[in-house]
Amino acid sequence: MMRLPHFQYHSPRTVREAAELLAEPGGAMLVAGGTDLLPNMKRRQQVPTTLIGLRRVAELRAIARSAVPYGGGLTIGAGVTLTELVRHSLVRESYRALWQAASQVATPHLRNMGTLGGNLCLDTRCNYYDQNYEWRKAIDFCMKKDGATCWVATSSPKCLAVSSTDTAPALLALGARVTLVSANATRDVDASALYRNDGIHYLTRRPDEILTAVHIPPMDRWRSVYWKLRRRGSFDFPVLSVAAAVKLGEDGTVEAARIILGAVSSRPIDAAAAAAAVTGQRLTDEVIAQAADAAAKPAKPMDNTDFDLTWRKRVMKDVVTCALRELRGDDVREWRRKLSKLIL
Amino acid sequence: MANTNLTFTLNGEATEVAFAPYKTLLEVLREDLNLCGTKHGCELGECGACAVLLDGQPVLSCLVLGVECGGRRVLTVEGLVTDGRLHPLQETFADLGAAQCGYCTPAFLVTAKALLDEHANPTRHQIREALAGCLCRCTGYQQIFEAVEAAIAGPR
Amino acid sequence: MRIIGVPRRRVDGRAKVTGQTRFADDVMLPRMVHCKLLRSTLPHARIVRIDVSRARARPGVHLVLTGRDFPISYGILPVSQDEHALAVDRVRFVGDPVAAVIACDELTAFEALDFIDVEYEPLRTYAEPEESLAFPEPRIHDYGDSGNIHKAVSLRFGDVEQAFADADRVFEDTFFYQGNTHLPIEQHAAIAARDPDGKLVLWSSTQTPHYVHRALARALAIPAAQIRVIATPNGGGFGGKSDPFNHEMVVARAALMLDRPVKICLTREEVFYCHRGRHPVLMTFKTGVRLDGTITGMHVKTLLDGGAYGSYGVASTFYTGALQTVTYHIPAYHFEGCRVFTNKPPCGPKRGHGTPQSRFGQEIQLDKIAESLAIDPAVLRLRIVEQPETLTANYLRVGTIGLAECVHRVTRAADWQNKFRKLPHGRGVGIACSSYLSGAGLPIYYNDMPHSGVQLKLDRSGGVTAFCGATEIGQGSDDVLVACVAEILGIEPIDIRAVTGDTDLTPVDLGSYSSRVTLMMGNAAIQAAERARDLLAEAVSKKLSVPRDRLVFADRRVFDTENAGTGVAFSEAVCLAEAMFGTIGSTGSYTPPRSAARFKGGGVGPSPTYSYSAAIVEVDVDPSSGWIQVPRVWIAHDIGRALNPTLVRGQVEGSVYMAIGEALMEEQTFRRLPARLSHALVHKFPSMLEYKSPTTLDMPEVFTELVENPDPRGPFGAKEVGQGPLLPVMPAVANAVYDAIGVRIDEVPITPEKILTALDARAAGKAPRYGPTRFPDVPYPEPLDVPPPWDGGDGKAASLPRRSSQPDRASEGGVRR
Repeated sequence: MMRLPHFQYHSPRTVREAAELLAEPGGAMLVAGGTDLLPNMKRRQQVPTTLIGLRRVAELRAIARSAVPYGGGLTIGAGVTLTELVRHSLVRESYRALWQAASQVATPHLRNMGTLGGNLCLDTRCNYYDQNYEWRKAIDFCMKKDGATCWVATSSPKCLAVSSTDTAPALLALGARVTLVSANATRDVDASALYRNDGIHYLTRRPDEILTAVHIPPMDRWRSVYWKLRRRGSFDFPVLSVAAAVKLGEDGTVEAARIILGAVSSRPIDAAAAAAAVTGQRLTDEVIAQAADAAAKPAKPMDNTDFDLTWRKRVMKDVVTCALRELRGDDVREWRRKLSKLIL
Repeated sequence: MANTNLTFTLNGEATEVAFAPYKTLLEVLREDLNLCGTKHGCELGECGACAVLLDGQPVLSCLVLGVECGGRRVLTVEGLVTDGRLHPLQETFADLGAAQCGYCTPAFLVTAKALLDEHANPTRHQIREALAGCLCRCTGYQQIFEAVEAAIAGPR
Repeated sequence: MRIIGVPRRRVDGRAKVTGQTRFADDVMLPRMVHCKLLRSTLPHARIVRIDVSRARARPGVHLVLTGRDFPISYGILPVSQDEHALAVDRVRFVGDPVAAVIACDELTAFEALDFIDVEYEPLRTYAEPEESLAFPEPRIHDYGDSGNIHKAVSLRFGDVEQAFADADRVFEDTFFYQGNTHLPIEQHAAIAARDPDGKLVLWSSTQTPHYVHRALARALAIPAAQIRVIATPNGGGFGGKSDPFNHEMVVARAALMLDRPVKICLTREEVFYCHRGRHPVLMTFKTGVRLDGTITGMHVKTLLDGGAYGSYGVASTFYTGALQTVTYHIPAYHFEGCRVFTNKPPCGPKRGHGTPQSRFGQEIQLDKIAESLAIDPAVLRLRIVEQPETLTANYLRVGTIGLAECVHRVTRAADWQNKFRKLPHGRGVGIACSSYLSGAGLPIYYNDMPHSGVQLKLDRSGGVTAFCGATEIGQGSDDVLVACVAEILGIEPIDIRAVTGDTDLTPVDLGSYSSRVTLMMGNAAIQAAERARDLLAEAVSKKLSVPRDRLVFADRRVFDTENAGTGVAFSEAVCLAEAMFGTIGSTGSYTPPRSAARFKGGGVGPSPTYSYSAAIVEVDVDPSSGWIQVPRVWIAHDIGRALNPTLVRGQVEGSVYMAIGEALMEEQTFRRLPARLSHALVHKFPSMLEYKSPTTLDMPEVFTELVENPDPRGPFGAKEVGQGPLLPVMPAVANAVYDAIGVRIDEVPITPEKILTALDARAAGKAPRYGPTRFPDVPYPEPLDVPPPWDGGDGKAASLPRRSSQPDRASEGGVRR
């Protein structure tokens, strides 16, 4: 059986208490659902000497209308589980991309455990990194942990591990902001600004900060969707995902759009050219085709996930097309059934 | 490192146990409480074999820290029998071929129980979705689906 | 019959649904300590030095073992005794065990591994069979046919060249079948201890306790009579727990040295290293046909990537060429097979052992032939199906054949007539057939003893205990044992206790492999039960003054068939018999009929009888992305008789499941890092996340039809079901893809990438297919010519091959000479 290494465990009751514990020297790590960190610890990818459990921090577990400074909308505590998120009627009705993304994370069991904050901070993934200690030793380790080389592209100066979170692309498309709290400061940043295109330093969150909440603006006249490509109907991380949101005018003209690609880089990628291609247009087949082509350009899948990378690049436009057609109001249930095997 | 103590409700009974603090709920159940009905196939959350109900919800015990279970309710396959009677799912799983090697069976049973506790009459697709976090290499799942459906239909 | 043929809860059902089945890792003993293995991080290297002193000094560490503690080799086949519990001077793949730490707990043992210092000298690494063929030195093993060729064979039955000359058309196709693994949910575990008498006891999740027993006696050099092997119920086997394993040897030795129970439970990654799964096979099929589709002759060449050890590989090699003739009539047949060593985990027997790969090629080629001759592929198969009760070109004696009925049943159920070549673009159906052994006709090691033995103990209470060495791996062998005995004795399954898989308590059964248990153990159980029944009948006959032949055993009674009121309870019958004869027990045993093959290599393929299956698969393929879905599978299986239809259906559907995984997503592949930077050759993803086993959401709907035509050789007419139904599914998927979008995928897994590549090829005006295009030059030996029965052959070779490759005794997994 795989065993966790030894660690000290703390169970604070408040964010403040947690932040103070995190500020202490010694490299403590936060654990909420545990579904990302604990496997990594068992594989010795991460070996914190201290764990700060967030389970008992009640203030992280609420979903509520946002306070005035956020202009309405929804505030979701980082400790809300993915299952709780999926079951929330407002999320399901008004923030469809987030609902569809959360519904497709891992498995029902893991969604019962994993939290929104945990999924946003999900460690980047790579077939050379997500391996047991002995396996990594056999390849002389990699840049992300204990080694010097990025085996995905040996000349790469930076780690190419893949951003594999489902909820981040959705929240970026929804224009969300996140709150980060440390022992002596609180700051809000755009969800987009939380990420860096570096497989090792993939978050701008400082080591002493706790991601406490996500704020999604009101989405009147916006529609959003999330499409995920993976081998199986459950368990698998995305090998490619698309979150898209459009603000539609009365006549169906796109007034604003955000199209975010997941799992093709070390951070969620803003396909701005694709968004530009649909903005000011109606979602005709031609416009969708142009946007799909534009979206495929910034996607740079590497050979470190499931599926062949050239195929992943190639089918990007098919997935973007599905997403935009769904936004247009097409009946895409048949395609959902084939691709995701879920009713979404 | 010294053992830590835990008090929680296990299969309906107040339970106290001392264990090495690095252990997951899976290890505590199997090694410190001698409840070996909960199985393991990867210990990384990739197979679903270690599922138990934690406060009524299916979770993977291989990724639940033992130290985080204080005061909580845990249900394992050993707790499905009540008043000396098998749970209807146990009856139908046994009767209809839903258990072949039986190794993933405890996980499927507790997961299906949580489903039926919440939905009186799930569709085949809802059953598929609810059980999508457990792998079975023997059955091809079909007899498992049928067993869940037969349990819904009630005593036969 | 009251029990046989009736859908029924399996006898171990209650234990399984209450979590009480005790698997190997569930065995917990007082004073138990824990073992972890240090595994090689190099794919091929000489061990220069091992220093365990730092590890041994760690607190909590009780013992550290190395190859020096295991000087004697072992292996499943007598001809391939090439494994050591821990590497002696050489490691052959990443994952090969080098040292073992036994400590107070698993974490302490694991952490101590890092304190073992091993110095290696790297050797040339063989990643692909072509490299093993190209470079004879350094050899991965110092035995085998030559260089890094483990085994090369050539068997020729009749004048195949003439058959091609006589044919109207000759087809030649090349296929590749990627390797994959069993992935039982239960990881291998073993625990060893001294019993109070000082003898060794090993509990292990093994499918073959008898062979583990023999291997332990050899490798540890202790008398077999002082070893007890208990096969715990396996949490899935599928062939992956059929070899004696190094971890079993290690905990056994450690338990003897420490005089404490020692347990090991492998991690999932280690299970991938144990492997013994499906060999990657490159193959060519050359087939001559007449215009009506009948086959004039066939020439099959296979190249197997064996991995680093022998395992069952010699048998696997022969199996890639053995069963082609059992399904369809092939008047002239030539088989050439070659297995090479590479620096990867050893391949071996996975469900279908060696036959799914060549079945894949054969059935796709038939689909191509059917299309080329404008014959419906279902009709073509009906034309060429082998005749029952015949001897094939390669001297396999075929029993009943329900294949035609299987084809009729699936085509009807699937509405084949209205679907084949008629569904809209992107949707398609494909058909394929197969056959499989109902038990290997020969044991692994040469002997004249029974393959299965059953003992019964009848108690005055009316309770019966049935003892058999067979191993419950989920397939329901305990249920078969109990059902056969209950049926004959007229009692209920609950009246019988099955004691199985324990070398101290149970008579030998060779193990749960080759689909042998139902037929062999079932026949032994029937014999034992009939002998017990005869004793009871004699006593009851005397007591009631009713002639023996009028007595019926049913409903827990023994009574007069002409006057049901005259009778005694079963328990009273036992008492009467015990008073008359003394303690009541009986034995039964089963030995397969002698094979008709008298040539070297003829030991692989014979079976008492064969099962048959036909499958139709429906696919849904997106022409833009190549995305593939399988919504439905129809399968018919010739079971002879379904002893417990619930379990039979479970085996069929489980086979379809595993087949869908192999067809669409499962593969055991390896990664070689850039050679200038690293020596590494590692399993690409030894995890359950990245090795893709279909989930509940990926599994198609399966429609199962059981064809029951009792075979007199089987218990109550039963044949096998555990493996055969897997075989037709993969080629049926490939054939369905062709029906859907008109491209051939001549390799598994059939992935969206490959489909799209084939579509691209077609768009570019190239051959609309994805698959291998060439077959390397393999130095097959001169053929061993065996004239087929219709050419006046007697099963013996007409000529000896020019190059004799192996010592004779018990090669090819036990060939009788």
